[in-house]
Amino acid sequence: MSAVLEKYRVTRREVLIAGSGIAGSLVVGLPSFASETDEDRTIGWFVQINPDGTVVIGSKEPEIGQGLRTTLPMMVAEELDVDWDMVSVRQMPLGIVRTADGFTWKYGGGQGVGGSTGLTSNWELMRQAGADARRQLIRAAAARLGVDESQCVTEPGAVVCTSLSSRIPYSELVVDAAAMPMPEDSTPLKAMDDYRIIGTHRQTIDARDIVTGKAKYGIDTVQPQMRYAVIARAPVLNARVKSFDDTAAREVDGVLNVFTIEGPEMGAPYIILASGVAVVATSTWAAMKGREALDIEWEESPSANDSSERFWAENEEMLRSDGQVVLDDGDFDAAIATASKKVVRQYRVPFVNHAPLEPQNCYAWVKANECHIIAPTQMPSGASRAAAAVTGLDRDKIHVEMTRVGGGFGRRLTNDYVAEAAMISMKTGWPIKLQWSREDDVKNDFYRPGGLHEMHAGLDENGKVTAWAQRLASGSKYYRRPNMPDENLYGAELYVDDFPRRIVDNIRMEYFHNPIGLPRGSWRAPAHTANAWVIQSFIDEVAHETGQDPLALQLDLLGEARELEYGGHGGPTYNPGRSARLLKFVAEKIGYGRELPPGRGVGLAAHFTFGGYAAHAIEVSVADGKLTIERIVAAIDCGFAVHPNAVDAQLQGGTIDGLSTALGLEITVRDGRVEQSNFHNYPLARIAAFPALFETHILNWDEEPTGVGEIGLPTAAPALTNAIFAACGKRIRSLPIGDQLA
Amino acid sequence: MVSFKINSEGVSFEGDADTPLLWVIRDHLRLTGTKFGCGIGQCGACTIHVDGVAQRACVTPVSAIGGRDITTIEGLAPSADELHPVQQAWLEHDVPQCGYCQAGQIMAAVDFLKRNPNPSDADIDANHTNICRCGTYVRIRKAIHRAAELSAGEKS
Repeated sequence: MSAVLEKYRVTRREVLIAGSGIAGSLVVGLPSFASETDEDRTIGWFVQINPDGTVVIGSKEPEIGQGLRTTLPMMVAEELDVDWDMVSVRQMPLGIVRTADGFTWKYGGGQGVGGSTGLTSNWELMRQAGADARRQLIRAAAARLGVDESQCVTEPGAVVCTSLSSRIPYSELVVDAAAMPMPEDSTPLKAMDDYRIIGTHRQTIDARDIVTGKAKYGIDTVQPQMRYAVIARAPVLNARVKSFDDTAAREVDGVLNVFTIEGPEMGAPYIILASGVAVVATSTWAAMKGREALDIEWEESPSANDSSERFWAENEEMLRSDGQVVLDDGDFDAAIATASKKVVRQYRVPFVNHAPLEPQNCYAWVKANECHIIAPTQMPSGASRAAAAVTGLDRDKIHVEMTRVGGGFGRRLTNDYVAEAAMISMKTGWPIKLQWSREDDVKNDFYRPGGLHEMHAGLDENGKVTAWAQRLASGSKYYRRPNMPDENLYGAELYVDDFPRRIVDNIRMEYFHNPIGLPRGSWRAPAHTANAWVIQSFIDEVAHETGQDPLALQLDLLGEARELEYGGHGGPTYNPGRSARLLKFVAEKIGYGRELPPGRGVGLAAHFTFGGYAAHAIEVSVADGKLTIERIVAAIDCGFAVHPNAVDAQLQGGTIDGLSTALGLEITVRDGRVEQSNFHNYPLARIAAFPALFETHILNWDEEPTGVGEIGLPTAAPALTNAIFAACGKRIRSLPIGDQLA
Repeated sequence: MVSFKINSEGVSFEGDADTPLLWVIRDHLRLTGTKFGCGIGQCGACTIHVDGVAQRACVTPVSAIGGRDITTIEGLAPSADELHPVQQAWLEHDVPQCGYCQAGQIMAAVDFLKRNPNPSDADIDANHTNICRCGTYVRIRKAIHRAAELSAGEKS
């Protein structure tokens, strides 16, 4: 067994010291103190206190840019009662342990980031870890001083016994504390008013390593004897390798091996996306050149006739028939029949690519009885399962380390590239790093599903909305989930409890599934990105169509603060009054309603996403067919902002993601081929698209935090397209905006 | 064989002359701060300096840099304790989210500020073209302005 893998037969303290080091240095090694002493200086899974008083806090979640490597340790440090500048952070590997009927989490909570849950799922656990460690230090001090625990308090980094006027630094207590069994009962947590770290501005823990080029990502992995691999992928979706000639490829200097990777049947549950031909070489470039030199014959693909044109025509045709009714509150038919005004509109939402800037990659070394994985992943447990499925090894023989991740956006919830790396290592017996190119990523993604939405509203003579319908034809992302019945496919695309359910009495939702060969998956804030745009655009249209002010109409619908039942993710309740508060706030900040020169307009939008609330007000100008975003005001209510700097960053980034996508991004297919390939024809927006007048606001509501990774995205696009209508009278009903204003 | 300097150290490369400088830097010299994003000079994650001028290493064949002086993000700071003003400004505004593109953003901004020490927002829009997928542009803009201030302060 190698020295690297040896570490995975871990004891409690070894978890911290086996981690990847500060900022994820991939040379796995012991921190300096460990060579000086064999003492156990760790309390629980997450806290290590060094002789010099510095504190190492373990972070168990993937860091994809959302800031959890800073936020989670802030929670621990708060309750532990240490100064933040004494803290460094170490990435922990995946921890799972075998139980009678499977596996459970080793560190007392799950590992994996998706659905904006990384903060909420750790809010109790991390504070408790800090509080329990602090209590152990107090108990150690009390025992040493011969006093009762109740006579001891802490100040940052030390236990103080008030009756004896004695002060003992944590660093002198930690060995005693580490040796004590952890208490059975849980230690009480601090009140919010006592926070010194939580809720305050802190710099991103790895910022200095990032700006100096030291921070390590998956792509930076270098291991002894490592070879480099790429995969030639089919130009047509779902095509399989028929045969290949690798004569020229093997002549490329550095190419070591070439072989077929078998893929799944189309539409079947997958561990990898499709078959291909792997090239293994002594460097990335040699592998890429070898791939260029391959001559591959592909089988005829069942997707060979897929095209965007056909997909969109089929959606239109479907909407002319009756779909699956997935929600039917009140009596929509009667209400729409008696409405004094009716509005019907269609909105088209395109397929889009995740495009994390770090292309997929994974290090794998599969040996006879164990496997080592180092990957940029959002779901390390999925990486473990993928490697187990490939290798047939028990999951407790698969060791998964996490690096910093160069962007997630939902793409790295799926560990297909981990499975591919394991396949290549297993076939060759070598430690390998698989590297995708940008073209691999753009053409082989689990795309956000495209769909055509048809909206219906009926209003009474007072302009009150009495009937509402949303009918959607799309390619559901649930299409190849194991054991997923067809009647549940809608659940990934229509969120039935979203606004305006339980506000408008008569509501119907209808779904039509349109299969297409393009793979689909979860893209940041999944269906909210489609539905918020559609619903917030439609409200704006209904208001204009019926002579009402869009803000007044929406505030009237949202109403006062109250909890409504919400069965979807982010529930169990939803408070439309919190959306109303944000909407009023951003409208006021941007000066909504003031007189604007011709060609200028302001648009608004608000939405509830996975437990959090956001609103945008955007001002644009449109002149001679040219759109300029003049000003952006964004606001978020995530309950309580644990790490305001990261909340602000996510609101900025989510806004830009939403706008960049709405401005110019779409994936299209012709003859079964994805037509886009790289950033020249999948043009992520650059700095020039966004104004200097860009402000973000955090409005806390209570003491319960929600995640923030996805909340700020969905309302940006509808605020933009509503502003375009206000500026020039052009209603955008198809994304991206592209050249529609020209 | 191609010989050149990287972060003031002389090196030589004996492999394939059309190897992009990016992969020589990353795979052979093991300087991994310079990142691979697109391979076609679009995103700028691989931005380095050739004789002080920003260039995209993914579309620069190693054969083109014989005798030249390359600086990567690892060689930008004057010393281990002291940062370049652009790095300092990036820290003050806590720019990075995932951080993957930031080495390239910083290298591009350093060169841009050399040519335009006091840029307007319009100058930034016209010249700073690196892609940030996380959308840190709000902070990048502020950090470029701040770096201009810091550099001006150093000179005065």
